[in-house]
Amino acid sequence: MHSTRLQKKIVIAAAFVSGFCIMAIEMLGARIMSPYFGGSLSVWGSVLTIFMLALSCGYLIGGRLSEGQPKPKTYSLFFIAAAVASLPIVFFADGIMQPIFMAIEDPRYGSLIASVFLFFIPTTILGMISPYSIRLLVEHEDHSGKMAGQLFFVSTFGSALGTLGTAFYFVLWFDVNEILFGTILALLFVGVAIFTFDLAARRSQ
Amino acid sequence: MKQILILLFGLALLRPLCAQTIHEERSVYRDITVTERFGRRCLLFNVHRGDRNQTCIFTDGSRRLVFDYTKMSFAGLLLKPDPKRVLIAGLGGGTIPLVLSELFPDASIDVIEIDESVARVAKDFFFFKQTDLMRVHINDARVFIKRAALKEEKYDYIVLDAFSGDYIPEHMLTQEFLEEVKQVLAPDGVVVANTFSTSRFYDHESVTYQRVFGEFYNFKLPTSGNRIILTQLKSLPSPGVMAERAAQLTPQLREYGIPFLSYPEKLSAEVDWDMSRRVLTDQYSPSNLLRDN
Repeated sequence: MHSTRLQKKIVIAAAFVSGFCIMAIEMLGARIMSPYFGGSLSVWGSVLTIFMLALSCGYLIGGRLSEGQPKPKTYSLFFIAAAVASLPIVFFADGIMQPIFMAIEDPRYGSLIASVFLFFIPTTILGMISPYSIRLLVEHEDHSGKMAGQLFFVSTFGSALGTLGTAFYFVLWFDVNEILFGTILALLFVGVAIFTFDLAARRSQ
Repeated sequence: MKQILILLFGLALLRPLCAQTIHEERSVYRDITVTERFGRRCLLFNVHRGDRNQTCIFTDGSRRLVFDYTKMSFAGLLLKPDPKRVLIAGLGGGTIPLVLSELFPDASIDVIEIDESVARVAKDFFFFKQTDLMRVHINDARVFIKRAALKEEKYDYIVLDAFSGDYIPEHMLTQEFLEEVKQVLAPDGVVVANTFSTSRFYDHESVTYQRVFGEFYNFKLPTSGNRIILTQLKSLPSPGVMAERAAQLTPQLREYGIPFLSYPEKLSAEVDWDMSRRVLTDQYSPSNLLRDN
């Protein structure tokens, strides 16, 4: 893809949304699990551990996939896949946590395993977005550091806002599932937007 | 010079009046401080944030209870005068379980405390002792109660006292949690919840209890910022029945300085909250945010 100014803006905005959604979901993680595993520090520890692990895997995979000629279509699929992979958090959370609660007595390991099943896949996919975004932004070696810096800036800034918004306001205004749906819709919207933009751009060529 | 000496002398005299910290530790969940002054030993959480005392005891060996809310919690005995299986969520200094074990030596008492350090401090500084019948479980109360429900265990006296002065564990004030509590409640058992009587939060909390238990007794005193919720599965006892029970138990409770005889008339089943407030659920439980508003 030959990246024009507009395309650059889209990638930057998309990275912002993914950063926002990662932390919104992470902030809700401990709350989702507290009915089964309590509100102890270890539950937070489980959520953070699994998110960090998933992100690290995502970075690796996303980087690999960006080798050669990166495709906006692939990029858009990351968002759609992350949205779809987040659906079980809304619909099957109890179904996933109940058997784990029954099988594992210790809430530390219970919450760790539950975090894997609930959050690992969507977070890994969300982690793939950052390195792929960088690849889409970078045109030549000289400015690669600058582009990476810009990308980290927006996505981490998005994360900060996602955290603040969720912890301070969203939980006061909405149900947990409504907030999750909001993030899923945002990811879907971004995915579909990039997909259609890419199609349109190709047709005009 | 003389004035300075008098001042110093005066300060020396005042010294015992100042709180003396006899123990301080930082646990995973909070800063724990034990102080001693005016003949009272007190357990404080997060002093730097201006939290109130959790538990105080008199150091002269008196069995009298210091705080109104601790005394008030024994109003549960008006609904269930002869508890045999007790569940207490939140140990603190261990006063409530200790008194219950003295009053009912044959009752088995399970205390759930999330913070291991609190359990240690209760033992080292507040004369709390585990026995065969009185055990402390280091666990989250919600998790413990959920498991107890699975094992179909029943308790006839349940005390919910897990709120510290400035923080509410939000997963322990939801409709789903109270349903779980209901599952482990014996048909003639009582739930005693020690909570706050402030702000918007009061409405949300009341609406939530009402949703799960229907009618409940509210116990408030003008001298205390706390309120005690008392409820059970069967219909609430009449003032007459409670007065009778109060008369029977008063002699035993006098030693603890509990003005038990005056309690029945202070319980009210009247709705004094905004019924249109939202029920707190696992999906919607911003208790700490509601409290600040």
